[in-house]
Amino acid sequence: MAKEKKRKAAEEAVDGDDYIEREDKNPKKQKLILASQIKNKEKRSAVYAKLKHEKRVEKRKKIKARDAASKQALELGEEPPEKMVPRTIENTRELDETVCRPDDEELFAGNDADEFSAVLKQQTAPKVLITTCRFNSSRGPAFIKELLSVIPNAQYYKRGTYELKKIVEYAKNKEFTSIIVVHTNRREPDALLLIGLPDGPTAHFRLSNLVLRKDIKNHGNPTSHEPELVLNNFTTRLGHRVGRMIQSLFPQVPNFRGRRVVTFHNQRDFIFFRHHRYVFEVKEKKEGLKDKKSKASQGKTEKKAIARLQECGPRFTLKLVSLQHGTFDTKGGEFEWVHKADMDTSRRRFFI
Amino acid sequence: MQNDDVIWDIIRHHHCSYMAKIQTGNFCRNPYNVTGICNRSSCPLANSRYATIRDHDGIFYLYMKTIERAHMPNKLWERVKLPKNYMKALEIIDKHLEYWPKLLVHKIKQRLTKMTQYRIRMVKLSKKVREKIMTVPRKEVKRESRREEKALRAAQIENVIEKELLERLNKGVYPDICNYDEEIFNKLLDKNKEEEQEEEEEEAEVEYVEGDYELEEELEDDIEDMGDFLKANNFDDIEGDEDDLEEQPTRKKVKKASVSYPLKQDDGTEKVRRKDKKVIVEVERDEDIGNRQHNVM
Repeated sequence: MAKEKKRKAAEEAVDGDDYIEREDKNPKKQKLILASQIKNKEKRSAVYAKLKHEKRVEKRKKIKARDAASKQALELGEEPPEKMVPRTIENTRELDETVCRPDDEELFAGNDADEFSAVLKQQTAPKVLITTCRFNSSRGPAFIKELLSVIPNAQYYKRGTYELKKIVEYAKNKEFTSIIVVHTNRREPDALLLIGLPDGPTAHFRLSNLVLRKDIKNHGNPTSHEPELVLNNFTTRLGHRVGRMIQSLFPQVPNFRGRRVVTFHNQRDFIFFRHHRYVFEVKEKKEGLKDKKSKASQGKTEKKAIARLQECGPRFTLKLVSLQHGTFDTKGGEFEWVHKADMDTSRRRFFI
Repeated sequence: MQNDDVIWDIIRHHHCSYMAKIQTGNFCRNPYNVTGICNRSSCPLANSRYATIRDHDGIFYLYMKTIERAHMPNKLWERVKLPKNYMKALEIIDKHLEYWPKLLVHKIKQRLTKMTQYRIRMVKLSKKVREKIMTVPRKEVKRESRREEKALRAAQIENVIEKELLERLNKGVYPDICNYDEEIFNKLLDKNKEEEQEEEEEEAEVEYVEGDYELEEELEDDIEDMGDFLKANNFDDIEGDEDDLEEQPTRKKVKKASVSYPLKQDDGTEKVRRKDKKVIVEVERDEDIGNRQHNVM
């Protein structure tokens, strides 16, 4: 019975698995057995090692053949054979119809009419109010101090026991353009609430992986020049809106002398925040060192410009939990986007 | 046959299912109990004439039981609705319990006071805004952290930032970076100038290059579509630059009238790019919405 099962399993399986062929006395009956079905440990490990070696050799042969073919094509002056592109999650992302297109007039009209256009068109300078949840402890204050240094024209107010809606009104009276509320949970900053004013949307982000400046090796100290902003990968409509919201926190005219760059990089719905100081340098790169066979020493040195970054300031990741139209009002507000559990079912579907 | 003493004797010394014994004393769980303590005078089972106040949905009711109805448990308790006004409720209690033992009436009035106070407090509290604690299942927490790690690895943030900065440098966004070797910079710019197109028309209101999000991504994805789009719209000049310009209007570039940068000169020749370089569409917007131009450079 066991042997029959083995045979069936062997027949069903594919060639790529770890099968070894064992020549029987009757050459017609060739039993295929899995390497893992050998009970003797030494024999089994030996067989498996041999299989792995064979696979590795095959792979190397393939790579060599590919390289040789491309080199040959180059030498002959033809086009090299197509380079294989690995399949990534970004490549195989589910088609999203809300991805912004550059020819989308509706998008531009929307941009005009949206809440951030005043700040983004430089009609008003951004003024940010930072506050916390009611109970603030441990890493919260340190994080807020660093946020204050990152975002120019930001002020910190203690929370007290004011209701958030009252705080929104107060900020509106004092002509702030946005509020950031840092929420702490279990002594760690946990969530970020970004409220645009006067009646801007409210974005609720979950904060994770916070690394403060003092914990970064070789960190730099930021200056007070206005930073440059880099927003990557905000492709969909929702992402565009979130990107503009983040943009409205920062002044629109950066001071390039300061060489500060603040990056919000969106990857698979996680927005990574980084804060760097950069420097452009010229790097000498010698050409032709790869070609060992050439006797004539090619002393061609090609100079390339590179950018070097020094990280300063905190590092954290944000994930959008909900985006609500209007200022903070969880009960009565209209939510533009809410994260629901069944949005996570597909590994290839992203919303920002 | 209702004999209170017998009942009390049995309850107290044997077993009463409403009694709860804790460290500080004996309490009575009977909902009709006035004080809540297990006492001879407070036990609703061992007193044939008894009254309480009970709360139903924020309205208080006075419940009374008399010995005349002791044989009809269904109709035992008679209830009277009490008004929300404290003084009026007191008057009504006095009226109904006029000839009842003073101790019981006193206890009932005490109970009424306590209940009105906590009703006021409940109303005040419900008006206040309180934070609601939402729990996240552990599976989701772990899943999110795993996905975040993988996304971080896939992002290659530093490389992307460096590339972006170099593109901006090549584009000429930085007018006065002062830490480079001037001749090499100029050489690089000259080399780039051959490859790219400058923006002649837009010098006055050139945009501020912000790190580009949707366009860059989008264009890198739909190169073919872009090609068709361009052909369809019959654009002559195509600019092949890696970088995108933001289509936000009226953001002024920090521009100086500096002579030393050859980048800003007009170049008359316009080349059509080779197909293998990336094509971007720079979408420009004017001040007024109606006059929208699509300039592809």
